[in-house]
Amino acid sequence: MTETTVRVLSPQDAIDRVGATLKRRNRSELKFQWLGKSAIGLALAFLVLLFAAIFSNGIPGLFQHYVTFDVTLDKARLDPAGDMSPSSLYSGDAEALVREGFLAALGNPEGRTKTRAARGILSSGSAQRFVDFVLDNPDAMGQTVAVKFAVDDDIDSFLRGFIKRETPESDRRINDQVIAFVDKLQADGRISYELSDYLFFGSASRDAEMAGIRGALIGSILTLFICVIIAFPLGVATAVYLEEIAPKNRITEIIEININNLAAVPSVVFGIMGLAIFIVTFGMPRSIPLVGGIVLALMTLPTIIISSRAAIRSVPPSIRDAALGVGASKMQTIFHHVIPLAMPGMLTGTIIGMAQALGETAPLLMIGMVAFIVDVPGSVTDPGTVLPVQIFMWADFAERMFVQKTSAAIIVLLAFLIVMNASAIWLRKKLERRW
Amino acid sequence: MTDTAMTTTAVAETRMEDRLLPEKTIGQVHVEHPRMTARAVDVHYGAKKAIDAVTLDIGERQVISFIGPSGCGKSTFLRCLNRMNDTIDICKVSGEIAIDGHDIYDPSVDVVSLRARVGMVFQKPNPFPKSIYDNIAYGPRIHGLATNKVELDQIVETSLRRAGLWDEVKDRLDQPGTGLSGGQQQRLCIARAVAVSPEVILMDEPCSALDPIATAKVEELIHELRAEYTIVIVTHSMQQAARVSDRTAYFHLGKLVEVGETKQVFTNPVHELTQDYITGRFG
Repeated sequence: MTETTVRVLSPQDAIDRVGATLKRRNRSELKFQWLGKSAIGLALAFLVLLFAAIFSNGIPGLFQHYVTFDVTLDKARLDPAGDMSPSSLYSGDAEALVREGFLAALGNPEGRTKTRAARGILSSGSAQRFVDFVLDNPDAMGQTVAVKFAVDDDIDSFLRGFIKRETPESDRRINDQVIAFVDKLQADGRISYELSDYLFFGSASRDAEMAGIRGALIGSILTLFICVIIAFPLGVATAVYLEEIAPKNRITEIIEININNLAAVPSVVFGIMGLAIFIVTFGMPRSIPLVGGIVLALMTLPTIIISSRAAIRSVPPSIRDAALGVGASKMQTIFHHVIPLAMPGMLTGTIIGMAQALGETAPLLMIGMVAFIVDVPGSVTDPGTVLPVQIFMWADFAERMFVQKTSAAIIVLLAFLIVMNASAIWLRKKLERRW
Repeated sequence: MTDTAMTTTAVAETRMEDRLLPEKTIGQVHVEHPRMTARAVDVHYGAKKAIDAVTLDIGERQVISFIGPSGCGKSTFLRCLNRMNDTIDICKVSGEIAIDGHDIYDPSVDVVSLRARVGMVFQKPNPFPKSIYDNIAYGPRIHGLATNKVELDQIVETSLRRAGLWDEVKDRLDQPGTGLSGGQQQRLCIARAVAVSPEVILMDEPCSALDPIATAKVEELIHELRAEYTIVIVTHSMQQAARVSDRTAYFHLGKLVEVGETKQVFTNPVHELTQDYITGRFG
C-alpha cells in the first residue's frame, strides 16, 4: 500500500506543544521534589527535638551524687557470727558503723536535731551498700577505709539546684542544718558526681537514689527470649506452609485475612487474652516473663508471618524450578533453597516484631508485670517487670530524681533498640545473596 | 508493508488456522527405539485445553526439537515429560506418558526419581546462589550419588567437562555461580542437569537469553551430548532446530501438526501450516 497517513500536526507545531507541556511537567516535578525534601526535613527536625529532650533530661539521670568518708570495719560488730556469711553481716551492726563514720566526717555534731539532719543526708540503703562492700573486700576487715555512699535523693536534687537555697526553710524539703552539713562535706571535697551504679546494677526501689533498671532489663531480655523462640519458628513455619504448601482455596484465604487482621488488633487485647487463657485458665503465675513472652509472641506473630511471606514470595520461582528440576523434593526445595534465600527478609520482619514487643507496655500490665519487684528475675518463671513498664512506673513517682531516672531508662531502652536493629541489619547484610 | 496490509493477512490466517488444523498428526510419530512415549496426551489448564491428543515417540539418543508459534503448547508438553506441571494446581494431564515403557503418571512413581532420570534446563539460566561447585554437587548430594568427597569431586569435574565449562571455571569452583556470564551460567545449568546422570534432558528454549556466541557454544554442547543422552529441545529459532536436532515436531494451538526427520520437515514440509511457519509467514 502507499503512504496515506494523515499528520494532525506539523512537526514544528508538535515541538512547540511538547515544549509548552514540558515546562509544566518540570515545574510539577520540582514542586514534588521540594515537598518530599521538606517532609524529610520536618521528620528529621522532630527526631532531633525528641533526642534533645530525652538526652537533656536523661544524661544527668545517668549520674548521681556520692559522699565518701572513712568507715571502720570492726569485725566484732560487723560480723557477729564470725563466718563472713551474708546472713551474719546483715544481722551485724553495719548501720551504726556507717553512721559513726559519717558523723565523724561531719566533725561529730552534738544534739538530736543535728544527728537527725546528718542521718537524712545519707541514702537509706547505705548499710546495705556497706555490707556489699565488706563482702566484696573481705581483706579490709579490721581496717578503716574510705567508702563511697550515695546521698539521699533530696540532697541530690539540692546539689543539682532543683531545691533552692533561697526558698524559705519551711517550704523546703531539707532544712538549713542539712544544707550546712552538705556545704561542709562539699568544702571537704567529699561529694562527688559520678556515673550511677545504682541505675545499672540496682533494682526497683521506692528510694529514687537507689532505683535501678537491672531487674527490668533482665526481665526484658527474658521476655524477649521467650517471645523470639516462640514467635520466630512458628511464624516462619506458618509463612512457609501458607506460601509453599497450602492449597490456594477458601480456607487458606480466610486464614490469610485473619492473620492480616490480627496484625491490627490493639496490643492490650492480647494482654486480656493472656490473662484469661494463661493465668485464669491454665493457672500460670502472674508477673512472670514466661507469660509475658508468650503474650508478646502472639502479638508479634502476624508481623513475622506477613513479612516472612513477603520474603518467600520474593524468592524467584526459577530457583524452585531449578531445584525441582534436579530432583529435589518439595521439602528439600523449601529447606535448601527457599528458606535460606528468604532468611534476610524473615529476620528483618522478626526484628521489627521484636522491637515492637520490646516497647510494649499495655499487654504486660494486664498480666501483672507491673508489680513492684525488688529481686532481679533469675529465670523466666520468676516474677519480674520489663523496661517500658519500669519507665511507666517511674514516670508516676513524684520525686524529682525519678524524672531523670525515667529519661535515663528511656535512653537505655533506645540503646537496646538500636543494638537490636543494628544486629538485624548486620545479619541481613551477612545473609544477603544475589541471584 | 503497512499496518493495514499486516492486519488483513493476520485475519486471513486466523481463519485459515481453524480450517487447516489436521485431524491426525502428519509424519512419523513412532520411532524404532523410543526412550519416552506419549499417547493421546491432553493437558487442561482449568477449563482451557492446552494440549490436544498428542502422540509422539522420543527416540533414544536423539535430539528432537519442538517448534511452533508462541502459546502453541510446546513448553507445556515438554514440562509434562518430567512432571514439572505438577507444581501448577490447575494443570491436569491425561493420556499416557511413559519412559522405557513405565507410565510416569502412575501413582507408584516417585516424581523425585523421575526428575533424576529426566533432567531439565530452563529458558533463563537459573544457577543456585551458591558456589559453582555446590551448584553441580547439589543434585548428586540429595540423591546420594557419591559416597565420598573424592567421588563427588569426580562427578563435578566430569559434569563440568561435559558441559565444556571445566577449563573456564576450574580455578574458581568456590565462587558463586551467579557471577558467571549468561552463556556460562546456562552451561553450568546443563552441567547441573548432567551431574545426576539423567537419561533424558529437557531444554526449554535454552538459548533465548543468550548472545549468538554463547548460543553457538550451547548448540555445540547439545551436539556432543547427543552421544549419551536423549535431548528434547524447545526453540523459537528455526535455524537452531535445523542445526541441532535429528527430528522436529511442529506444534500449533495445542496440536502436534507434523513431525519427522528435521531435514524432511525443513526442506519438504507436508502441512500448509508447517510450511508457512518455517518460511516465516507467521510466528
